[in-house]
Amino acid sequence: MGSLLSWGKGRVSRWGEFAVEGFIRIAGGSAIFLVALIFFFLLREGTPAFWEVSFSNLVSTRWYPTFGFYGILPLLYGSLLVTTGAILLSVPLGLATAIYMREVAPSWVREILKPLIEVIAGIPSVVLGFLGMVAIAPLVRRWLDLPTGLTAFAGSIMLAYMALPTIVSIAEDAIDAVPKAYRDGALALGATHWQTIYRVVLPAARPGILTAVMLGLGRAIGETMAVMMVTGNAARIGREWAALFRPVRTMTATIAAEMGEVAQGSVHYHVLFAVGIVLFLVTFAINGVAATIALRGQPHRGGQLMR
Amino acid sequence: MSPHTGQRIVFGLLALAAAAVVLPLLLVVGYIVWQGLGAISWEFLSAMPRNGMREGGILPAMVGTVLLTFGTAIAAIPLAIGAAIYLAEYARDNWVTRFIRLCIINLAGIPSITYGLFGLGLFVLFLKLGTSLIAGSLTLGLMTLPVVISTAEEAILAVPQSFRVVSISLGGTKWQTIRHQVLPQALPGILTGIILGLERAAGETAPILFTVAAFYLPQIPRSPLDQTMALPYHLYVISTQVPGMPLTIQHGTAVVLLFFVLSMNLTATLVRSRARRRRPW
Repeated sequence: MGSLLSWGKGRVSRWGEFAVEGFIRIAGGSAIFLVALIFFFLLREGTPAFWEVSFSNLVSTRWYPTFGFYGILPLLYGSLLVTTGAILLSVPLGLATAIYMREVAPSWVREILKPLIEVIAGIPSVVLGFLGMVAIAPLVRRWLDLPTGLTAFAGSIMLAYMALPTIVSIAEDAIDAVPKAYRDGALALGATHWQTIYRVVLPAARPGILTAVMLGLGRAIGETMAVMMVTGNAARIGREWAALFRPVRTMTATIAAEMGEVAQGSVHYHVLFAVGIVLFLVTFAINGVAATIALRGQPHRGGQLMR
Repeated sequence: MSPHTGQRIVFGLLALAAAAVVLPLLLVVGYIVWQGLGAISWEFLSAMPRNGMREGGILPAMVGTVLLTFGTAIAAIPLAIGAAIYLAEYARDNWVTRFIRLCIINLAGIPSITYGLFGLGLFVLFLKLGTSLIAGSLTLGLMTLPVVISTAEEAILAVPQSFRVVSISLGGTKWQTIRHQVLPQALPGILTGIILGLERAAGETAPILFTVAAFYLPQIPRSPLDQTMALPYHLYVISTQVPGMPLTIQHGTAVVLLFFVLSMNLTATLVRSRARRRRPW
């Protein structure tokens, strides 16, 4: 019987099967190896910076590499400022959109919105950056009467749109996962549809929504091209409120703009890798939190997060 | 104000929010396409750039992006599918598996520029591949892994258990079951994941900045060790680095890149919806 069933094109020898399953196991574990490898290579190229440049220089407020000033605080500040702006814009918008799509919109509207949001997710960041340069920045300049539209604010708008698809789709899944019995219970007790959403569905979906926010945050802080093209790239720290409407420079943009011009193995080169380490650690922490929240709820499902 | 009036107002606001997410981008993309279509001609698509990229076409950038996308596919697909099969069919629910998932989620969250740094450190310098198609493809392939793994895993998990039970009970081994029952059923889902991953790779700029992209190289690459121009990087260069660049060429390049990426997006959507309709379960 065995020979009959394994007869024909599907026949695989015992050794072939052993080899294939071996490959599958190795591939399965490769993610761990790759994360370690990435971290190792960042450290390898970046750690020399910590003894080539004095610590006080690294944490100073002046980023002026040609003159030996490697203070990464302005870069950290730029990333935080732009990202905060983006999150303030994208979380309410994204959450509202997710609620609308799952709870309110008629199904034909949802059928239109869903692919559109996938399209937004698919727009390359360099195209968004280009759109920002030719369309958003001039508007920002004109409306707010600024000397230049290439500001942290323009960057925040672009980043908000980069983060939105992530936030919408994960928050949508979280809302969708709330058991129908919860809704039925609230409605049966006389709550309106909105009261049900606000008091029952959203609290029940909170872990998933939190995950959505964290992943949006991670996406925003790591975004490079769009930010580099619209934030004006001035490495300075502004304490006043209007700093949001001045040019800034983020960690990602600094690496992207300067790595192409530095000599390999120079101090500047090592410092840029050190900035990369900081960036890696920040995103690692953010994603770690997001993953813990998500994997705690459903041990088998982290699918959405891996994208 | 009665709860029902309140509800109507809130729902109106929610709809506005959804419109605010979708409409501005559609408008702006529509504007770019409108402006850019005028720039597109046979010469633009088939000629080398001339006069510091201010004239001529974008052929090498288009070819570069196509080659990079193929290279990414070769680099990413075997490992990603293997990992997806492992997670869906072999992995037990223990701390090792949870750790693997945590790592994949983190891989997905690593910024693209960090992948660029890593590619520079490992492929370009340590393995001495230089700035080359192969270094760029490997870097993009790594970045694509988590997307493909997660969609492929979901596609495999969606195949009903009965397929496996029947195959095993007829004497099939585990691998035969996976190879002849599970994978064929999961294929459309896996394909969707691959296309979506490649879509992202094709549009990325940051990982190729230091691993493959050439600023201005009006020729078609001849070997995997050559540098090449690529559409996303080209768009970045001509919109920020070249003074006196005609707007039409910028718009035209943006439209071609958008067309590349969105046609892949559309393909993925079609594969998925076709498979849903034909699914035997």
